[in-house]
Amino acid sequence: MSVQEKVMTRPSDRLNEEQLLQMYYYMVLSRKLDERMWILNRQGKAPFHISGIGHEAIQVAQGFAMRKGHDWLFPHYRDIATCLILGVTPRQMLLALLGKEGDVFSRGRQMPEHFSYKPSKIVTVSSPVMTQAPQAVGVALASQLQGKDEVVVVGFGEGATSEGDFHEALNWAGIYHPPIVFVCQNNQYAISVHVKKQMPVENVADRAAAYNIRGVIVDGNDLLACYDVMVEAVERARRGEGPTLVEAKTYRPVPHSTADDDRSYRSREEVEQWKKRDPILLYEKYLMERGLLDEEKKAEVLKQVMQEVDDAVDFALHQPYPPVESAAEGVFGDFHLVKWPKAFKRNA
Amino acid sequence: MATKTNLQAVRDTLMEIMERDPSVVVMGEDVGPRGGVFRATQGLYEKFGPERVIDTPLAELSIVAVGLGMALNGYRPICEIQFADFIFPAFNQIVNEVARYRYRSNGAWTVPMIIRAPYGGGVSGGLYHSQSVEAFFTHVPGLYVLAPSTPKDIVGLLRSAAQAPDPVLFFEHKRLYGLVKGEVPDEYYEIPIGEGDIKRAGDDITVVSYGMTLHEAIKAADKLAETDGIQAEVIDLRTLFPPDLDLIYESVRKTGKVLIVHEDNLTGGWGAEIAARIAEDMFEWLDAPVMRLAGPDVPAVPYAPPFEKWFLPLADKIEAKMRELAEY
Repeated sequence: MSVQEKVMTRPSDRLNEEQLLQMYYYMVLSRKLDERMWILNRQGKAPFHISGIGHEAIQVAQGFAMRKGHDWLFPHYRDIATCLILGVTPRQMLLALLGKEGDVFSRGRQMPEHFSYKPSKIVTVSSPVMTQAPQAVGVALASQLQGKDEVVVVGFGEGATSEGDFHEALNWAGIYHPPIVFVCQNNQYAISVHVKKQMPVENVADRAAAYNIRGVIVDGNDLLACYDVMVEAVERARRGEGPTLVEAKTYRPVPHSTADDDRSYRSREEVEQWKKRDPILLYEKYLMERGLLDEEKKAEVLKQVMQEVDDAVDFALHQPYPPVESAAEGVFGDFHLVKWPKAFKRNA
Repeated sequence: MATKTNLQAVRDTLMEIMERDPSVVVMGEDVGPRGGVFRATQGLYEKFGPERVIDTPLAELSIVAVGLGMALNGYRPICEIQFADFIFPAFNQIVNEVARYRYRSNGAWTVPMIIRAPYGGGVSGGLYHSQSVEAFFTHVPGLYVLAPSTPKDIVGLLRSAAQAPDPVLFFEHKRLYGLVKGEVPDEYYEIPIGEGDIKRAGDDITVVSYGMTLHEAIKAADKLAETDGIQAEVIDLRTLFPPDLDLIYESVRKTGKVLIVHEDNLTGGWGAEIAARIAEDMFEWLDAPVMRLAGPDVPAVPYAPPFEKWFLPLADKIEAKMRELAEY
């Protein structure tokens, strides 16, 4: 099995105009929502935000390659765009950002971008990176054993591939070939540490060979290239043809999070260079060349997006926090075969 | 009524649970045709096949994590960690993931699974086949932690654990696997999680224990009754979390004196929490300081036979400590 397979078919050729423009809409929506989250943080209204800016191409691609509500997503914490496509609303994103009542991810318990939305099979994510990968293998194994045609997509950054969880997950995937797609958004920096100090091989996808699974590298800023790769990977998995490790090469043009300052570890010139390859710019160019987008249409999309963003912000800012008592609840579920000793007072 | 060893109790109950609930899978190292290194899963593979009795790669982290994933998608996994000493690669998955899924998703995602692990010394297992690791996990909200020590309790608690909507750590003392025999009722029963048990009644002092030291404490109590006429009440916690403080307090009201015995080392052991609770809640009932007898604070049980004997809180040491408490 080769490490890097050339993509022979182009599923993107089958996308109709409406789908192409929908993808554009989600890219812009994710970007503008994300930018507003940064602003809310700088205004002191949001304690924290971790961004998906610059990663929208692969995120939108994977979202469109999946069957909504049927396939499973173990998200990367930057997967704002994917979550929006799979059914999380901008209002829900903002409620989570602010830790408000109605936060569907965790009811104010987790930091923002720790997505969880069961109706969309988006599984709760934690902060220790890569823990989700072997869990995703477990879900995929269960699908396989039950003969379901679900596919599991699991996202992460390249830094996380140094964790043992990654290697154990790929090892299992290589042994059992469950329907899973590993998607690495390689933005070249794990906070400040460059990928060259992260791994001894050139590509994350090179590692697939060691586990006898398919590895594919794609330009992570090229939406349609990402879509083709993701559709192929997802459908192969669905057909029982085994897992794929997709590596989307991209860049994070913003700091790691609102708590980071990237000026200490990379030049402004480097960042500016990459901004010229912004996935939204590239896609706009494509759509314009195909005659699907012009300045007027662009402004229209932006207007619609900003209405959604404004609505979400306005809504979330005016929502209450969850009652403090709720923080003590829900550690265990009801169970008729547990006898909680009366004298055992939980400190909560 | 059948007489079984602890090991038979584990094995037969796993068999029964798998028969009753088709969503149960057993997974771990060597659990398949080999039947587990202790034979706790013997016969399961032959009966249920490789799809329900899964021999895993030698990778504890993912035994737990893959189990977690299966629990999200229709299964109730029973994961075996071959020796509790090897649970630490899975520590992050257990503590940060398994235990927190329900809380961090506000109840949307839950993890009904059991993690079984043989623990404890007395088998010449040295530093890495003898550890008691329970206190690392009793500290973590979101986990039920069980450590039954008799066949009857193993059967009853494993049946309950296999129905729990939340993760259960099920610790089995490996020295007791073949050593302890006991009667198991023929009729079906369950033992609720969180319910302790008085294994020996007495009025003079209270001894709280679990695991191998529970059996040693009973031996010591019988001896002390014979030699000194002191009647110790020996309480088996069975469930470490949540601990049955009701039962302990009821006994302390009667005796005013309590000794906690465990094999895990003293400092930060589960006995520390029990002692603190008794001190806080039962101060006025106490006629003596709450005492503890536990393994020494060295990094696990050393190998050479005299070392192992030195480490383990066996009956003679417990008897001496009980006498000290009674005479206080």
